[in-house]
Amino acid sequence: MFDLIKKLTGAVGVSGNEEEIRELIIQEIKDYVDEINVDALGNLIAVKKSKGKKIMVAAHMDEIGLMVTHIDEKGFLRFSTVGGISRFDSIGQRVRFKNGTVGAVYYEDKLEDMKDLRFSKMYIDIGASNREEAEKSVKIGDTACFAGEAVKQGDMVISKALDDRSGCAVVVKAIKDLPQTDNEIYFVFTVQEELGLRGAGTAAYSIKPDMAIAVDVTMTGDTPESHAMEVKCGRGPAIKIKDRSVICHPQVRKLLEEAAEKNGIPYQLEILEAGGSDPGSIHITAGGIPSGAISIPCRYVHSPVETASLKDIENAARLLIEAIKA
Amino acid sequence: MLLKELTELNGVSGNEDEVREYIKKEALLHATEVKVDSMGNLICYKKGKSSEYKIMLSAHMDEVGFIVTGYKDGVIKFSPIGGIDERILPGARVLVGDKKIPGVIGSKPIHLQDKEERGNNIKLKGMYIDIGADNKEELERLTSPGDYIAFYSKYTEFGDNCIKAKALDDRVGCAMLLEILKESYQFDLYACFTVQEEVGLRGAGVAAYTVNPDLAIVLEGTTCSDVPDVNEHEYSTVMGQGAVLTLMDRTSYPNKKLVEFIYNTARENNIPVQYKKTTTGGNDAGKIQLTRGGVVVASISVPCRYIHSPVSVMSKKDFESCLNLVKKALDKLSGDASLIGSFKD
Repeated sequence: MFDLIKKLTGAVGVSGNEEEIRELIIQEIKDYVDEINVDALGNLIAVKKSKGKKIMVAAHMDEIGLMVTHIDEKGFLRFSTVGGISRFDSIGQRVRFKNGTVGAVYYEDKLEDMKDLRFSKMYIDIGASNREEAEKSVKIGDTACFAGEAVKQGDMVISKALDDRSGCAVVVKAIKDLPQTDNEIYFVFTVQEELGLRGAGTAAYSIKPDMAIAVDVTMTGDTPESHAMEVKCGRGPAIKIKDRSVICHPQVRKLLEEAAEKNGIPYQLEILEAGGSDPGSIHITAGGIPSGAISIPCRYVHSPVETASLKDIENAARLLIEAIKA
Repeated sequence: MLLKELTELNGVSGNEDEVREYIKKEALLHATEVKVDSMGNLICYKKGKSSEYKIMLSAHMDEVGFIVTGYKDGVIKFSPIGGIDERILPGARVLVGDKKIPGVIGSKPIHLQDKEERGNNIKLKGMYIDIGADNKEELERLTSPGDYIAFYSKYTEFGDNCIKAKALDDRVGCAMLLEILKESYQFDLYACFTVQEEVGLRGAGVAAYTVNPDLAIVLEGTTCSDVPDVNEHEYSTVMGQGAVLTLMDRTSYPNKKLVEFIYNTARENNIPVQYKKTTTGGNDAGKIQLTRGGVVVASISVPCRYIHSPVSVMSKKDFESCLNLVKKALDKLSGDASLIGSFKD
């Protein structure tokens, strides 16, 4: 599982620019599914065909990042954020563009009070001495993600983009290990979740499944002086009750709980007070779709150092497989 | 001049009738069929030489404005419709209701304000509209709660080929779309004049659902802040530098291949073009892109300084560049219809 996570998190795939990660995932799953499609927004839809009910499984391919909006005459890049990035988590970080160009993110010296820090006072330095030189490596509109490889220490993995490449890894594992079932399963690797749960809604509209289960990360309450939250790393995957975007369908929640209990998979229950996820747009698509989610407990979400338990991720995959089989 | 007539019409979000009637009359001269849907969107269908592909072009008819909420001491209390910077309101001229009663936006005069009030901006709740009525009865005879209020601003040509008017956002889009409706293409064209964009992109999603296009291009007026005391990288767009292509805004991430196609079309034809450098704001593309199973979208806009004010300013050259670019892009798509399906991955 770690190798898969390392491979998937290594791709540069900022929202709206998911080409590389999509190709990577296609290579992983193409021998295990009956049909592969890419829709108008770039969602990757892989189908295991059958005659029964339609189940949609979703994980988002996109990650947060920065978009170059201006290159000044000295070769420094100004940027906008793509998805929710904290300005403080970005200072002093390395970012990487698809073509391998690396940049350093920093802020204007003149800033007197850190409280006044705004993205418009920050820039990316790619070491170019002027605009022409910079333009050889980047152009306006290019996106960059946090740089850094996934690292395994004991049971924990530290990496950028565990949100939601870890979810993608869970779904990839499910595709490979799931035996033939009576139901038709649509595995959707969605786009632009970080911009507002966008890809999931349009994919759900096209598929119109009878039920949907998403796999994404959730926050934890197990770090020093953290917000009160029951979810902790290492206690198993979390079954989502609600977040800001969705109150999960009780039948879906029950299905997941029963699958966990019957198969001895440890699990927790999740209520996320801030944040939304793909079920948010799926459940109110068309005439409504019963939706729920399996969440991977993850510390420091939306930072370059997202941290999660590998056992939780493996158990999430087991839970997904057992739930679909049920 | 088309833009003069369009900008001087009143069409605050939810009350676009006057604008729609004008556009409908013009559209009927060139469209195959014209329909108004339940929200008030005007959908003009122009049959193509082939019905294999549908392209939707959209521009919104509504403008920001206000609505009468009540009365107080002989003046009118009001609420904004759409996003308006309150600070530009005191002293603005307005027209109230379908009778277009002239009024002015007033507030407590400075010599009567205390020190704290003088140091702060006047809040909207401290403002009112004065129509010069003698008493409450006259007020209620001439106006009603729920009356729509639009800025009053005459279309004026000035400076170096510039125009000042209200509602350039998005009558520029409407003007361009009416011009395009005169052409014929290989594909079916749906020219959609939408409603209620300013209050949440409401008409566009509905129109896109009905049309179900293969591709959509939104024509807009967009922010332009190339003014003193603003850093270059925060200009958003620059007046005079041509048609604007949106990279990303708060509501949509336009299809990269389509944006590149339009950009290259501009370069090939020596049409001035620029990217929008800020990613705030949103437009109808936000709703269109997420309609049904998703739609390939892009936005092409005219830079407008002081947008959402009665004194919006644009360069005629930018308007021409924009119109030219849209036409050339559509010509290319018409010349090789297989391009239309090529923007998906």
